[in-house]
Amino acid sequence: MRTIETDVLVIGGGATGTGCARDLAMRGIRTILVEKGDLTHGTTGRYHGLLHSGGRYVTKDPQSATECARENVVLRKIMPHCLEDTSGFFVTTPWDDPAYGDVFVKNCRLTGVPVQELSVQAMLRREPLLNPQISRVFEVMDGSADSFLATRSTALSAEEYGAQIWTYHHVVDLVREGDRVTGAVVEDLRNGERIGILCACVLNAAGAWAGKIAAMAGVTVTVLPGKGTMVAMNHRMVNTVVNRCKLPDDGDIIVPIHTVAVIGTTDVHVPDPDVYGIEPDEIQFMLAEGDKLIPGFSQYRALRAWAGVRPLYKDRDVANDRDIPRTFKLLDHAERDGVEGMLSIVGGKWTTYRLMAEESVDALAKRLGNTRPCRTAEEPLPLPPTEHQTTFRPPVRTTGPGASVAAEVEALQHAPLYWLGKHLSEVEHEQSFADLICECEMASRSRVLAAIDAGAKNLDDIRRDVRMGMGPCQGGWCIYRTTALLFERRGEDGLSHANSNDALLHFLQARWKGLVPVLWGDQLRQARLDELIYVGVLGADRLRPIAEQGGGLVTDNPAVATEYVKA
Amino acid sequence: MDHIELSLTQSLDHCIKCNICTSACPVAAVTDAFPGPKYVGPQAQRFRHEGQPVPDASVDYCSGCRVCNQVCPTGVKIAELNARARAQIVAERGLPLRNWLVARAGLVGRMSCGPHAPLLNFGLRLTPARWAVEKVIGIHRKAPLPASSTYTFRAWFRKHRAPTTARRQVAFFHGCATNFYEPHVGKAAIAVLEHNGFEVLLPKQQCCGLPLISNGDFKAATSAHEANVQALVSYARQGIPIVGTSTSCTLTLKEEAPEILALHSEDVQIVAAGTYDIFEFLRSLAERGELKTDFRPIERHLPYHQPCQYRAHRLGSPAMDVLSLIPGLVLEESHAECCGIAGTYGLKQEKYQIGMDVGAKLFDMVKRSGSDLALCDSETCRWQITHATGVASKHPIEILAEAYGLEL
Ligand SMILES: Cc1cc2nc3c(=O)[nH]c(=O)nc-3n(C[C@H](O)[C@H](O)[C@H](O)COP(=O)(O)OP(=O)(O)OC[C@H]3O[C@@H](n4cnc5c(N)ncnc54)[C@H](O)[C@@H]3O)c2cc1C
Ligand code: SF4
Ligand code: SF4
Ligand code: SF4
Repeated sequence: MRTIETDVLVIGGGATGTGCARDLAMRGIRTILVEKGDLTHGTTGRYHGLLHSGGRYVTKDPQSATECARENVVLRKIMPHCLEDTSGFFVTTPWDDPAYGDVFVKNCRLTGVPVQELSVQAMLRREPLLNPQISRVFEVMDGSADSFLATRSTALSAEEYGAQIWTYHHVVDLVREGDRVTGAVVEDLRNGERIGILCACVLNAAGAWAGKIAAMAGVTVTVLPGKGTMVAMNHRMVNTVVNRCKLPDDGDIIVPIHTVAVIGTTDVHVPDPDVYGIEPDEIQFMLAEGDKLIPGFSQYRALRAWAGVRPLYKDRDVANDRDIPRTFKLLDHAERDGVEGMLSIVGGKWTTYRLMAEESVDALAKRLGNTRPCRTAEEPLPLPPTEHQTTFRPPVRTTGPGASVAAEVEALQHAPLYWLGKHLSEVEHEQSFADLICECEMASRSRVLAAIDAGAKNLDDIRRDVRMGMGPCQGGWCIYRTTALLFERRGEDGLSHANSNDALLHFLQARWKGLVPVLWGDQLRQARLDELIYVGVLGADRLRPIAEQGGGLVTDNPAVATEYVKA
Repeated sequence: MDHIELSLTQSLDHCIKCNICTSACPVAAVTDAFPGPKYVGPQAQRFRHEGQPVPDASVDYCSGCRVCNQVCPTGVKIAELNARARAQIVAERGLPLRNWLVARAGLVGRMSCGPHAPLLNFGLRLTPARWAVEKVIGIHRKAPLPASSTYTFRAWFRKHRAPTTARRQVAFFHGCATNFYEPHVGKAAIAVLEHNGFEVLLPKQQCCGLPLISNGDFKAATSAHEANVQALVSYARQGIPIVGTSTSCTLTLKEEAPEILALHSEDVQIVAAGTYDIFEFLRSLAERGELKTDFRPIERHLPYHQPCQYRAHRLGSPAMDVLSLIPGLVLEESHAECCGIAGTYGLKQEKYQIGMDVGAKLFDMVKRSGSDLALCDSETCRWQITHATGVASKHPIEILAEAYGLEL
């Protein structure tokens, strides 16, 4: 077994782990990050897409609210290309307690969450489809965020500072010598090779899997996986994030992100973060809740459903699961369990990932005698090669609580904020409309090739980079095109037809999982056409015998397969 | 947002990406400048956001022929989505002078119509003048511009003596072309209607607004439509049919203006329901046995093109049906999607060649027929056919009047 040495081994390529790797590398600490899937393979790639203003937590979880409000501003400055300044409403519908509005505003002020009340008429002018029976509206600094792009950009920065990012590397064991963790054994899922990593410290940022990792070192960390299901609708009926003005509950928020509007979520404890299902009644419930915000919501076309697992950390002194706070926690296992050489960072949200990384790395740096300060809040993230270097700047917000920050961000002159028309405008500018691979999401050939060249290990990786296959047809037209490009590009490195076939089948299966829960109406008709394309015309159902894993791709490896089952 | 309105915006959700529209679109077939209906319609619409700058420009190459709507298996209102997207562009970037001018057929017609018309028409036939018009305004030097008439249809109608034997009434919507460029089409329609025992009323009216819609000037189009509805609604309420010879005008009153401009008042709906294309009207008379059939035989074999705007009425082929009653007359249908002019589309400098390429199939067919006359219900199409083939063209109503032996 090959053995490699480093200062810090970060486990988990979600927002938190990647943020930690960047911070470590920027402080000059030698870092290797291992992730069993692609970056964002875990919860980060299956979340709701909300850049929290903090509004959702002002009453139940004031500390989280304040953290979100601060990080919201920081992220706008360092990753404008990943964020859309949608703004957000908290609205009192006839089903909500009208008294909560005043409580909400008071608590916003207490927690430092900028808020401004709006007239219902003004709300309807901006969002004409919202329920006219809404009685009060409060505007906050919510936004939407592309976590794939953000994590990709963060990893790129970490690499520029010298960190090594190893995706498709599964931690199979931690090495414990006496009361000290000295390293880990990881398996390269592309070829089964095992590698030993020796390090001064392990940083466990494995999210909902953090308990499993800690157990490898004989330490008990209780992380309750809380499953949340979301449904993406085919187009944005609102361009503003809309929350119900009440204590956070199931199906109470609609987030417009990229070309879709996403309603969510549910919250169901599941026994294992790798095994969970999406229930029909969850979907029905959320669509019905959607109707309360946007009358007729459930009649719009649903695109797909997916679920992610919240990493809820249950402290040893918490008896009731309901009392688990949503804030994050840094566990120093030396203090807590008498085991040296390992920290775990658990809980939190996407919005606060950078702060979580800062606290974790502060503690680690101190341990390693490194005194360099954290600079992740000031230095902007680089753009990955799949991104256009666009020069167009969307108009700067001039109203609402976000206005002052918008001006400040603009003055920094970094990459412009993301805006809905971005990819269409670029395709128009380049006149590349005859060269679209994914037509629904406007992913051009050059961007798909950039994703392949950047090291995509299967079609799902390419999807995360350029949104290929995420539009209305869910890959009907782009899966076979992308497969062909992958084969063309990687053929010389040993990728065979059989490997490409396997990649195609794997991706079709992955898309299908998300389609099944919403198969009615337009999406059913779409699925039938897709079936005609893949089964009727291309004979994909007879491809299995000539499909083979390998060629540097990782498809059905059990370590990264999420099992959707009937719970 | 009301139900009808929602059904337009929501229709993009029905798109299953089948590409049928793209393979049928006559414009996408001939130019790379236009990505096709699926892309500019249901696809691009997902990237548009009223509060943000317009991200796209290629939708401007949609001619509005509505072929896509007819072939879409799921009912996406592609042409309407496109018209609205263009209006968004106009609202943001302004309307070029050229589009402002061509969208105002009535105004231009009014200025050029009259005794000075021959002089003006002569001037516009001169190459240097057309070259200047192309450079300054952007109307292609070869594009078929109509010759202005020396008198207007309305002026003729005022002096016209109606028979006193009429039993029923119809209201005639003549549109700009008939009034300023081709009064003879209106005269033929009046003669046919009167021959069938109708008193023809001539309501006050403006341009139907279609050229304004297709050039994205929704403000002006809305006021035109509202004025027309106000002038026509009393007729419709009394059950007096509103009949027109211009297929695109009647389509606008029936459907395009209400849908694209989101005008859904009761009056708008009543006018829409009470408007008929002239052959639609005559065919329904024939079906009830009320159409006179005292035709003289016409032993001719003529090519006929049903304009795309006529097919958009979804009526089958009313003109073919009625003309088939004329003994001896044989019509050969063009089966072409579009002549390419699409109202004012093919006049534009950057779109002239696209229009000519779109119409190539039709032009071939007309030329191959060897006929010296072609029939077509829409004025701009007729001008285009004649321009491209050198073959004269007439409105089918003129042949019908001839078959009745009516003096014009
Ligand atoms: C339904 C839902 C909606 C949410 N919506 C929002 C929202 O809108 N806004 C927001 O701010 N937050 C939201 N959150 C919270 C947020 O998504 C998470 O807090 C955040 O993504 C967690 O990131 P992470 O990096 O800590 O964990 P993860 O993203 O889960 O990363 C952990 C990684 O560790 C890897 N790993 C596990 N075991 C191993 C192993 N043995 N070897 C190697 N790697 C391993 C996993 O593959 C995974 O990629 C949501 C959460 C859920 C569940
Ligand atoms: S209206 Fe005609 S030109 Fe426009 S997209 Fe449809 S088919 Fe093409
Ligand atoms: S024909 Fe209709 S369903 Fe098919 S791609 Fe065009 S708009 Fe979509
Ligand atoms: S007039 Fe010509 S351009 Fe217009 S719709 Fe008709 S066929 Fe097409």
